[in-house]
Amino acid sequence: MVRFIAILVGAAFSFVLALALWGTVATWIAEPPPPSAEHEYLHHPKEAELASAGYFGKFDRRQVQRGFQVYKEVCAACHSLRYVAFRDLEHIGYSEAEVKAIASQWVIEQPAVNGDTGEASTRKNLPSDHFPSPFANEVAARAANNNALPPDLSLMAKARHDGANYIYSLVGPDAYVPQPAALVREFPGSKTPPGLHYNQYFPNLNIAMPPPLTADGQVTYADGTRATRDQMAKDVSAFLTWTAEPNLEARHGAGLAAVIFIAIFCFLAWGAYQNVWRDVKH
Amino acid sequence: MSFPWAKHYEPKQPLMRWLDEKLPLPRLVYNAVGAGYPVPRNLNYFWNFGVLAGLALTLQIVTGVTLAMHYAANGAVAFQSVEQIMRDVNAGWFLRYAHANGASMFLLVVYIHIGRGLYYGSYKAPREMVWLLGVVIFLLMMATAFMGYVLPWGQMSFWGAQVITGFFSAIPVVGETVRIWLLGGYAPDNAALNRFFSLHYLLPFVTAGVIIMHIWALHIPGSNNPTGVDVKAEADTVPFHPYYTAKDGVGVGVFLLVFAALIFFSPNMLGHPDNYVEANPLSTPAHIVPEWYFLPFYAILKSFTADFILPAKLWGVLAMFGSILLLFFLPWLDTSPVRSANFRPRYRAFLVVLLVDVLILGYVGGAESKPQTVIMGQIASAYYFLHFLVILPLVSRSERPRPLPTSITQAVLDRSAGLGPAKSAMAN
Repeated sequence: MVRFIAILVGAAFSFVLALALWGTVATWIAEPPPPSAEHEYLHHPKEAELASAGYFGKFDRRQVQRGFQVYKEVCAACHSLRYVAFRDLEHIGYSEAEVKAIASQWVIEQPAVNGDTGEASTRKNLPSDHFPSPFANEVAARAANNNALPPDLSLMAKARHDGANYIYSLVGPDAYVPQPAALVREFPGSKTPPGLHYNQYFPNLNIAMPPPLTADGQVTYADGTRATRDQMAKDVSAFLTWTAEPNLEARHGAGLAAVIFIAIFCFLAWGAYQNVWRDVKH
Repeated sequence: MSFPWAKHYEPKQPLMRWLDEKLPLPRLVYNAVGAGYPVPRNLNYFWNFGVLAGLALTLQIVTGVTLAMHYAANGAVAFQSVEQIMRDVNAGWFLRYAHANGASMFLLVVYIHIGRGLYYGSYKAPREMVWLLGVVIFLLMMATAFMGYVLPWGQMSFWGAQVITGFFSAIPVVGETVRIWLLGGYAPDNAALNRFFSLHYLLPFVTAGVIIMHIWALHIPGSNNPTGVDVKAEADTVPFHPYYTAKDGVGVGVFLLVFAALIFFSPNMLGHPDNYVEANPLSTPAHIVPEWYFLPFYAILKSFTADFILPAKLWGVLAMFGSILLLFFLPWLDTSPVRSANFRPRYRAFLVVLLVDVLILGYVGGAESKPQTVIMGQIASAYYFLHFLVILPLVSRSERPRPLPTSITQAVLDRSAGLGPAKSAMAN
């Protein structure tokens, strides 16, 4: 009885699937899915070749500091970094005094409450504060950006596929190009709308963010490195890799130790196994 | 234990004798995983995966209980509290990565464990109850894993919860009401997050309870073995300890090696980047996919695209639950008295096709919906049901199994002499 019912149920599911299959094939033949502009013109991210990439990667602290400078002077105008605190900068090589100075000189102040009147006010940032958002709230952010919301950057390197390379490519020198004439000819509906910018690394090819890195020397690096557009894009990618995964070095270091330790354990366990079973055929 | 030659617990120290009289807990352990449990001598490494699943559950409970000390189950701060764990809690990143990847390891180990059962016929008499309890454990694990994935309150958490709870709205007439009642609202929100957290904390302990019954039921007939032949004499068995504790030690080592490689070197490989974006009910991700271990079932759900008497969505939901629930009937669908696929050439061939089929379903579940992948999914889904519900009962009747060894010991001796049917088989 169980088997009889099972065969009926199996036949029912298969029959409905066959119907569905018929429908899929018929639709595919009748109206094949149209090609899309994204499919043909979207570029794969370029390799940023960061020191933090790979299984044993470590941060290049000078590069991460340069990236911080790019964030501070360019990105921070619109993008928040809400999960990172000023004190965290000590991990990328700034001294306690430098962190104090960076926090207190930060252009955007920390929201606070006036201790006498109870009114909303602002105060200078402290090392324990998280980076303040450039906009008071989402409405203000959208109002200032043509109704687009600049996303928080703390986790960006993990929130996109191949994040570090994606960030480097998206703001790098060959990302913002004029929309190819062939694209508009092939997909007349895909012309970049006003207020958006064609970017060949952005998933739907039209990004709200205006080109952020427009000229060599836009940032004057404290360490004297020549600030080409490519260099700045790489550096900011290195910085955002750090903000997304600040414990990367500890993780890689602990991983190496753990793997060696467990490998020794495996070797000993194998020996114990051989020893216990030496007289038993199995 | 059922075999008369099982060793008996004889405490020598006065303290242990005293304890044995008052509460024979050491005796229980001795008979369960000590020298008091005789086990077939020919088990291969596929028999390590039960112990590994137990280890994985233990690690999940340890890391999970610790994470719960820092996590806040509130829609407004859940995502932030996870980031705080990652950045400010001592070794918080380790705990969270171990817990997230630990779920993957647990499911991986259990899938191999289930595959072992399918190949060696461990679901057949007299071990049906072991198998049934195993399917219950699997269902509990799936519920726990799903609810755990919702807790970080990222985009994929939210939209995954939206899709999965949407299944209930496929129930005719009362579906939508049931869905709203389960969620505590019209969409996943604080109420849903809170109850998911509560259940996510509860279900692992329920699972542990069912595991105790699973092992209890196993110890009545004793373990199956790669030949599928019953234990007949003392020579067929060895005591669990030290023989299989030693062998499990090797398995545990390899398990930890893979686990450590995931945690420390590719902790986000199995996750989705969208879950590092905070949940936003107003922004649907381009491509909603579950975690890898649900992909084959998701593919089955998506494959039902045609209405036939019932709406397509209901067919999909029925088929998806059916694809797991049919495992409950497996002991009665397969009537072949031979357990091990090593001696069942046809069944073995179909089982290999099933393995490939499930891998294809996994691929389709994660792929974008193109006609090509949908067609692949529909064919693969049909095979999945045909395999269990039609092929299995029919093969059991028509197949002529190869001759079985007269005993486990005979199979072992034949193989070490380099002859016999088991030589070509997968066994060790």
